[in-house]
Order: sequence, then C-alpha cells, then structure tokens
Amino acid sequence: MTAAAEGSPLLRMTRARRNALLQSEPVQGFALISPTFLYALILLVLPILVVIAHSFWTQNYLTIDRTFTLENYRIALTEPIYRDLLWRSLYISLTVSLFTVLLAYPIAYFISFHGGRHKSLWLFLITIPFWTSYLLRVMSWKVILGYNGVLNSGLMGLGIIDEPSTALLYNSSAVIITLTHAWAAFAILPIFVSLEKVDRTLVEAATDLGDGPLRSFLRVTLPLTAPGVISAALIVMIPTVGDYVTPKLVGGKDGVMIANAIQAQFGKASNWPLGAALSVTTMLIVTLMAGATVLIIRALQRLAR
Amino acid sequence: MPEQPQVERQEDRSRPERAMIEIRSVTRSYGAFKALDDASLTIREGEFFSLLGPSGCGKTTLLRMIAGFDNPTSGSISVGGQPMEGIPANRRPTNMVFQSYAIFPHLNVEQNVAYGLKRLKLQGGEEKRRVEEALAQVSLTGLGKRLATELSGGQRQRVALARALVMRPKVLLLDEPLSALDKKLREQMQVELRRLQQAVGITFVLVTHDQYEALAMSDRIAVMFGGRIAQVASPKEIYQRPVNRQVADFLGGMNFVKAEIVEENGASLVVDTLGFGRVKTDKPKAFVRNGGGATLGIRPERLRVLWDNATAKFEVAGKVVERHYFGEITHLIVEIPGLEKPLSVTETNDFGADDIPVGTSIRLAYDPEALVAMAD
Repeated sequence: MTAAAEGSPLLRMTRARRNALLQSEPVQGFALISPTFLYALILLVLPILVVIAHSFWTQNYLTIDRTFTLENYRIALTEPIYRDLLWRSLYISLTVSLFTVLLAYPIAYFISFHGGRHKSLWLFLITIPFWTSYLLRVMSWKVILGYNGVLNSGLMGLGIIDEPSTALLYNSSAVIITLTHAWAAFAILPIFVSLEKVDRTLVEAATDLGDGPLRSFLRVTLPLTAPGVISAALIVMIPTVGDYVTPKLVGGKDGVMIANAIQAQFGKASNWPLGAALSVTTMLIVTLMAGATVLIIRALQRLAR
Repeated sequence: MPEQPQVERQEDRSRPERAMIEIRSVTRSYGAFKALDDASLTIREGEFFSLLGPSGCGKTTLLRMIAGFDNPTSGSISVGGQPMEGIPANRRPTNMVFQSYAIFPHLNVEQNVAYGLKRLKLQGGEEKRRVEEALAQVSLTGLGKRLATELSGGQRQRVALARALVMRPKVLLLDEPLSALDKKLREQMQVELRRLQQAVGITFVLVTHDQYEALAMSDRIAVMFGGRIAQVASPKEIYQRPVNRQVADFLGGMNFVKAEIVEENGASLVVDTLGFGRVKTDKPKAFVRNGGGATLGIRPERLRVLWDNATAKFEVAGKVVERHYFGEITHLIVEIPGLEKPLSVTETNDFGADDIPVGTSIRLAYDPEALVAMAD
C-alpha cells in the first residue's frame, strides 16, 4: 500500500521529466538538425580531417610516409608556381565578387524598389539561366568570346577590328567574365532580400530631412543593406577561389587557378600530401580574406554615417 | 519660463493671422477613386492645426502632398507664400514626424537628430549645439549615445520630433504620431506636444483619427470624410456646432432628434420636435435648408438629471431603460415618449446617477443653447 503510494508519484515524475525533456527547445532543435549534422560530419568534417592529416605526410611513390613534416607547406608557400597560382586565384575571385556585387546591386534594387507587382516574376526570370547545366553556360561563353565567336564577328562586322582578337578567350579576363555571369543570381538574391527589409519610410525620412535620391541611398539604403552585400560577396568569393572547371574550359594557360594545381596533385602528379597542403593553405587564406571583407565593408558602413 | 512664450503667443493672436499653408481646390485621384476631392484650406502661421477623420478620408494624402511625397492631380499647394509645385520633398520648408517614427536603425540618437544638419555643414560646434537644444526640447538630454534599437516607443517618438524640429522648418507635419503609444503615454504626449508647439511657435499640422486628441491639442480642426473637408473650425465650435450629423457623430456621442422647421430667419430657427416641443435655436452659418425637415442634436452631457423636486425651465420626462457604468460617469439610456430613439445621457457619478434603477421615471433638464440644428 505504502510502496504503491510512494512508487506511483515517482514514476509519474520521471515520465513528466522525460516529456519535458522531449519538449524542450534545445532537444527538439538537435533532433531537427541531426540528419544534416551527421551528413556534414561524415562527408565534410571527416574528409577535411583526412586532408589536413595528409598535408603533414609525405608521398613515397605508391605509399604514404606518415612521419610529420612541414615540407609540403614550405613548397606550397615558397614555390613560385604555387604562390603565383594562389595570388591569381585570389585576384580572380576578388575581382569576380566585386564585379558581381556591382552588377547585382542595381538589378536587386530595381526589382525591390520598382518591381511593383511583378517582383516574383523578375526573380523567376533571373533563375532561368540556371535551368541549363553549369558546363553549358561556360561553353556558351566560349562561343561568345572565341576566335570565331559572336563577339569577334560582331566587332569585325561593325568594322571596329580587322581580324579576330585572341585577347578575349583563354586568359584570366575570360575566367572573370564567365564567373561573374555564373554567380550573378547568387549575389542578386541576398542583396534583394536585404533591400526588401529596408523600411521605405526611412528613405522618405531621409528625403524629408533634405537628402536627394543619391544622398539618401548612400546614407540610408546602402548602409542598411551592407549585410546583404557582405553575404553576396562571400557567397561569390568563397567558391570561386576554388573553381577549377571554368579556368579549365575558358582560362587557357594564363587562366589556370590554384584548384587546377590541386586537382593535378591529386590526379596526374599523384602527390596527395602536396595537394592536401595546397588545399589547406587555400582554405586558410579564403577564411582570412572573407574575414577581411567583412571588416572592410563594416568599416565602410561606419564611414557612411 | 514656459509662461513667457504663451504670453507672446496671445499677443500674436491679436494680430491679423498670416496664412502659412494655402491649399486651393486640391484633388488627388487614383484612377476613378478620388482620395481627395476639391479640398481648399488655409492654415495660419503658428497655429496647431489638425486634420481629423476616419481612415481613408484623405487626411494622410493631404499631409503627404504638403510634404511633397505625393502630388495633387489638380489644384495647388503653397507653403509660406511659395508655390510648392515641382519642388521635391527634400527642398520643402516642411519636416515630418512619421507614424512609424522612421528612426534610422543604424544610427544612434544624436546621429539621427543631426541627420538633416550634416548636409548644411554648420560651423564651429553649431551642429552639436542645435542637436543638444533639440534633445533638451523633447527631454532626451543625456540619451544622445543610445542606439535607436535601445529606445522605448515614447523615446523613439521624441527622437523623431527632435530630428524634425532641429531643422527649424516653417511647418512641422505629424502623421498620427501618438497612435502607437499606450493611452497614458499618449495623453502625456498630447500635453507635451501642445506645450512644445507653443514654445517653438512653428506651425504644426497633425493628422489624427482620434477626436479627443484633435480637440485637446488643436487651435483649429478640419474634419474630413471621403476625400472632402466637411468643416473647419475651432475645437469648441466643431464639438458644439457641427455642420452635419456625420461630423457630430464622429466627435463623440450625439442625440439626434427629428425636427420640422416652423420659422427661419437670418440668425435663428424655430423648429417643432416631438420630444422637446417647439424650440428656438441659433441658425448655424453653414445651415442650408433642405426641405421642411432638420435635425436637432444634443450632446449626452448637456442633458442633466433632475433630482427629487428640482425643476428647470426646459425639461423632458422619460424612463431609464439602460444603465452603463464607466467609473467616473454613468451612461443612462432614457426613453422619451414621442421620440423614435431613446436619449443617451452622461451623468457624473457624484450625485448617485450610478444608483438610478432601470425603469425609473426621471426628468432631464437641458439648455436650448445646447441644441444644435443640422440640415437633413
């Protein structure tokens, strides 16, 4: 009798506690992210750890010598070829993200401020090029920029040039043009979202206080959309550093980027440790560059006040 | 210190009033819909003017056209004697306090207030001095470094006010500035806004749908319905002498009684009513006869319960059919023989109106002066 009387509330309490645990927000949150989290853990974190481990080892023909060494990093950072490739990759990705943001901002601004009822139609139209494969889009730039391409024949037809220019394709400019186009939509969307969040009465208030359209844009709209600009820049910059398809197809000899070298090390050259060291170096530099970009844009934002 | 401007102001009022804003037959159409229909209005220099009306009456449209955010389809607006046509909002001598306050979220209080001054490139600490003066005017001294996101609703409102006042505009436009505040704060801000307006002497144009707000703060009110201006007058005149039933109804409770016109001359009207008998009232200036009928109106608080054997020169008898208790006052609904609708009576509770049982026969005293005639 007494035992039952004591036991049942206890049982009830543990059950209540278990229910409370299942209903608590952190537990539910973990439950929701766990599939993605496991996926990322197995397919992203583990491979990265493997790559990092490899970067400290040495390739011995077909076997891997697992003694710790920094030799690969010495090569990656001091060999002129890798240094040049790294610099070029950074230069290309920075230029691409700069141009992409510069081109995307006016488009996003137009859709957000003047899109009227057709905002979603405009956004939909922007995604249309993405219905085709990335390779196709890169190839079509080859058609446009090539020796007998659209641009050359157009310019010749207009009499601006006498013979086809070879300066259009197979260099870093071609890579920059192609990547800028390829990433435009990814930059338009975050900027569009941040523009949508700008309270229109703030622009009116700026106008009311004496600002013309350009001043109110620079003092209110632009600073308030800085988060969108930052994410657009990062979304473009981070993947383009490591892009290797585009330089391979339109870059020629002068457009080779670091990812092509990494691919060569893991492939033909069969020097996994060096490839790994190059990868890790690139990752670290991209991280630093992304951080620097955020800081620079924030500083500009403060300056705009 | 606060007394002095008031005295000055009274002297000002004896002088002929100068027009600050002239609105001449302004119409604003959106396709077939007319948000504003042939509105004409003169707002005087230094006055606190309210545009009062229900939502969609065109009051905000009119305010935005004065500010320059919208343009009249036809008609003209001038501010300070200068026609505003073709002048963009950023070059008008007006500043606005927005309904949502529109405080710049990326700037602190000081930077918000200084926003419009930056462009003027003031010399030698003048900007800082003016910002501090404006913050003091709205009692925000010492909060200059706060971020906009760290402010309460009332404080945001004050920042918006300071930001506009610091520009020393000819006209300050206020778009429902108090509607987002709770009742207590709203009443406090009404008093403060009125005091501030008298201290700075700037013409204030307030848009509101709250009749008490308009009555409490304004020198004059324009009541608007469906894009048209129904009446422009002082709060007292608007409340006591509304030109039509719509205006009367919008400005608080009003009992309407059907009347037959017996005699009409220059200044007065004699009408026959069923409940009040034959009554002689002042003829309102705007009264235009429309057939033989008219409507008499009387405010619920102008009817007084007669206790015990007390008598009055003018009284009506009836029976209490409903009683509603509101704390300091009680609403009695009194059925009067002959009247199609019972009268609503507001009585303060100091004599025990809250204890009158439903069903009691009572007599109500009234002053014929309080009866206002309206055209049907």
